Amino acid sequence: MSVLVYTESDNGKFKKNAFEVASYAYEVAKQLGTTATAIAIQANDHGSLGQYGISKVLKVTNDQLAVFNAKAYADAIVQAANQESAQVIIVSSSSDSKYLAPIIAAKLKAGYIANVVSVPEGTSPFIVKRTVFSNKGFAQSQIDTDIKVLGLLNNSFGLVENSTTASIEAFAPTLEEADFAVKSIEIDKVVGKATIADAEIVVSGGRGLKGPENWGMIEELAEVLGAATACSKPVSDMGWRPHSEHVGQTGKPVASNLYIAIGISGAIQHLAGVSSSKIKVVINTDPEAPFFKAADYGIVGDAFEVVPKLIEKLREFKAQNA
Amino acid sequence: MKILVCISNVPDTTSKINFTDDDTKFDTNGVQFVINPYDEFGLTRAMWFKEKQGATVHVATVGGPGAEPTIRKALAIGADEAIRVNAEPTDGFFVAQQLAEIVKNGGYDLIIAGRESIDYNGGMVPGMLATLLGLNFVNTCIGLEIDGNNVIATREIDGGKEKLGTTLPLVIGGQKGLVEESDLRIPNMRGIMMARKKALNVVEPIDATVATNDVKFQRPAPKGAVKLVDADNVEELITLLHNEAKVI
Ligand SMILES: Cc1cc2nc3c(=O)[nH]c(=O)nc-3n(C[C@H](O)[C@H](O)[C@H](O)COP(=O)(O)OP(=O)(O)OC[C@H]3O[C@@H](n4cnc5c(N)ncnc54)[C@H](O)[C@@H]3O)c2cc1C
Ligand SMILES: Nc1ncnc2c1ncn2[C@@H]1O[C@H](COP(=O)(O)O)[C@@H](O)[C@H]1O
Repeated sequence: MSVLVYTESDNGKFKKNAFEVASYAYEVAKQLGTTATAIAIQANDHGSLGQYGISKVLKVTNDQLAVFNAKAYADAIVQAANQESAQVIIVSSSSDSKYLAPIIAAKLKAGYIANVVSVPEGTSPFIVKRTVFSNKGFAQSQIDTDIKVLGLLNNSFGLVENSTTASIEAFAPTLEEADFAVKSIEIDKVVGKATIADAEIVVSGGRGLKGPENWGMIEELAEVLGAATACSKPVSDMGWRPHSEHVGQTGKPVASNLYIAIGISGAIQHLAGVSSSKIKVVINTDPEAPFFKAADYGIVGDAFEVVPKLIEKLREFKAQNA
Repeated sequence: MKILVCISNVPDTTSKINFTDDDTKFDTNGVQFVINPYDEFGLTRAMWFKEKQGATVHVATVGGPGAEPTIRKALAIGADEAIRVNAEPTDGFFVAQQLAEIVKNGGYDLIIAGRESIDYNGGMVPGMLATLLGLNFVNTCIGLEIDGNNVIATREIDGGKEKLGTTLPLVIGGQKGLVEESDLRIPNMRGIMMARKKALNVVEPIDATVATNDVKFQRPAPKGAVKLVDADNVEELITLLHNEAKVI
């Protein structure tokens, strides 16, 4: 029996969420009286997982897996789960993990719960807490199958150090031609910039910014904070910003530590998708904007005056605290 | 080409979310149910295939009689036939097994589902359905071109997009981008009249595993009042974010 966690990497480097799911897996394993094993595909520096409580790393090196492929990766993880007699399989909530998890669950006839926000409240029956209704509620969900698949909501557990020495074993899954029936042709991705899924801070602009030409200050604020940029739905519908930046109930969910909403009114559909963020700041000219009811901090003011000042003062702050 | 669009019947996005029966059930009182927004994009793309490339479009839902107005709406938008599996959709794995049975019997080439249902946000049905049937699967699909048996699909990834090549039969988990917001259709009078004459077949569920269930619900903790900072004093905001919230 064990807990198996899939630790994602990008160009050989573990993503931050890899250390978060590792930290979480350690806690779940402890509850079950077992240890946590990680499976890492095309990653380097496997030992770093030991810092977060991983006892064993299954290291997969296979050029066929150089580019993410959901079915092939799922197959590798399922084979690892079988070898390790894994009782619980843990993934993150990145777009790749959300693609993989249902495939893994169906192959193993396992119950799958996504958007999990805490360690199991009990292990027999096995109950975890997750967000539902686009963050307008939580559910305690029970999984009745022998094997369980959990998708951890990003930034909901954090990084917790539990230093151990991880043993590293090579693991060679048997892959079939059929695993590659969906093939990657081209990847078009911004590099060197935080993404909404991973970022600890997200800076988001709404219709209050008047037009795409005014996004320079949003980009700049994001850059000073090391943040990802996002936008409200009408902004992406009008083509001011790419679809991939649209956040909210029908866009990308945001679960950052800090969400800064600039010129966004705070419609219920917008709030639903961003309320998992721990701290929310709103900058809006209208004191009656509904976002003020959902925010932790707010400035009633014109974004075109407030944001440049904020950028200037943040630069000073960063220089002092560097 | 034969297309099945899987439709999830969900509370309208403006719904207030409350729970009853000692917080064990979602309170549907006064809640308006609609086609899951992600499925609306998929349905519109299916209509595009029907009109431009020739296709038959069926819609399916797993749900009680209460889901019928939603599925009728899909017929009014232009689907040819509807199927309702008469069972409460309590668990994604259960729903996937029911839909797998429909797909097996119907011989569909393309199964369009949504990225997730906006109620329970499981994001599990399309991937499970594809895996149960051994079909190709593309999730968070924002573009779909079909030429004969060959498919070029685009999926959204964190920080960008990826172009994928595959073949039919295929299952997708779709979203905005499959069509634009402005292309979404609302049923017109003629569509509504025609929908009345279209078949809505009710089938009984097959025996299937229920893997998960929600034992209790909770509303988010009430939030304290917002702390307002003067627009001329942005330093104070920085101090609060640093010392109090500890997020920068
Ligand atoms: C089915 C459905 C799903 C939806 N899903 C989503 C979703 O996922 N995400 C989403 O965002 N929306 C969604 N919406 C849309 C949502 O209802 C709102 O229309 C939208 O969020 C409004 O965007 P906004 O706040 O940018 O624009 P507006 O509502 O127009 O707000 C602009 C704000 O900017 C302020 N402002 C103006 N000038 C300035 C200035 N100079 N400085 C500072 N502030 C200024 C105004 O006071 C106002 O509050 C959905 C709607 C529907 C029907
Ligand atoms: N009860 C249902 N009936 C038909 N299709 C469903 C049902 N539930 C989910 N789906 C489909 O699966 C997608 C993802 O839903 P979910 O896995 O519930 O988040 C939805 O967008 C629908 O296309």
